[in-house]
Amino acid sequence: MNFMFRRKRISGLLAVVPARELSFMQEMKNFNFSEARSLKLKEVMGYDKHRVVEPGVCVSDLAVAGLEHLFKNDLLRPDEFDALILITQSPDYFMPPTSNVIQGRLNLKSDLLCLDINQGCAGFVIGLIQAFLMLEQESIRKVVVINADVLSRKTSPKDRNTYPLIGDGASITVVERDSGDSVIHANLKMDGTRSNVLMIPAGGFRLPSSPATAVLEDGGDNNLRAKDHLHMEGPTVFNFVQAEVPRMIDDLLKYAGATMDEVDYFFCHQPNRFMLQKLADKMQLPYPKMPSNVVEQFGNSSGVTIPITITSNLRDRLMHEQFRVCMAGYGVGLTWSSMLLDLGKVKFNTIIEYK
Amino acid sequence: MKTVAEILKEIRPEFDFAASKDYIANGMLDSFDVMTLVSTLDKNFDISIQGVDIVPENFRNLETIGALLRKSGAKL
Repeated sequence: MNFMFRRKRISGLLAVVPARELSFMQEMKNFNFSEARSLKLKEVMGYDKHRVVEPGVCVSDLAVAGLEHLFKNDLLRPDEFDALILITQSPDYFMPPTSNVIQGRLNLKSDLLCLDINQGCAGFVIGLIQAFLMLEQESIRKVVVINADVLSRKTSPKDRNTYPLIGDGASITVVERDSGDSVIHANLKMDGTRSNVLMIPAGGFRLPSSPATAVLEDGGDNNLRAKDHLHMEGPTVFNFVQAEVPRMIDDLLKYAGATMDEVDYFFCHQPNRFMLQKLADKMQLPYPKMPSNVVEQFGNSSGVTIPITITSNLRDRLMHEQFRVCMAGYGVGLTWSSMLLDLGKVKFNTIIEYK
Repeated sequence: MKTVAEILKEIRPEFDFAASKDYIANGMLDSFDVMTLVSTLDKNFDISIQGVDIVPENFRNLETIGALLRKSGAKL
């Protein structure tokens, strides 16, 4: 499915990362593998440091901290946005929506459209698509898009497939109308027949959490995880990404009438360094044009990796310069989505720590 | 330049790869070992094995790995 939006723009980006930093070197002993094998993986996959929340910290805590930072520093007024979209796979509660919880904690106006979207690694692009659609309404002047996840709390510390790479975090993206003649192109695909390859099997209504679902089991790969934990069929997900993402980006560029050369950066979701380098090789891109340096510093924080990549790589430059960027997210669902837009001259583009 | 057999021995020194015809089925290479192997083969043979070719069938034994290397442009 293709989308085209006119006269819309991103006007600010803030990433919120937990202050707590874990190190793969310290965690290696938790995994049922030799040190030599783990060290080889560290080099290939980019396992190094990752940020995770302290026990008990929830998505709304990260989001509220980020919005309070923006309000306090006069980067955003509480009354100037008319919709708040939260994209998360780790809500505070089944009900109410966590976006309403955020609205309540900050005493935001009641004339505010609050919406939770259950999406993961494609969630940044999907949130932007939803925000641009909302901006077609006259009554909506600005939209706050929050991507946030605390999936470390649902990941087994004894699962080398997931835990060393998992990261928690949030991003706040302000989206508004643009007075210029900007055009944004996007595309999106979903395949629910493969929804089981990335999932948390227990904890919903299909399989409620119980003492039995909390028991650690060997999945046959020397990794211990429970049904309450995040499960990922790594090879299947890897092949899905390698097969679909280059084709998706190629389709997007054709739809937009654009070429690879005119794109300054390809900001892709970062599950691990190896996957991104293989994507860059396939697309014949030099690695600096597709940054893969975030997962080793912060971990894979689902829909937050793209905004963190933008904030950490472009920093203040994004406040003064403009870039042609292509974003691509892919993951749970399965879902894959990309967007081509001009990004720059934003009001803020920074990272803060949540303590 | 190292041989594929030497590279395999470096990744999983505890196994006798010469005695197996299916490294995947025999549990000698898991998916993470395959990624380590691909990364090492890329550097060793100055190639980039395509992501879509990183599937278990291509890493069962020396013959399938050799075929993959040739497909990827390695000069063997």
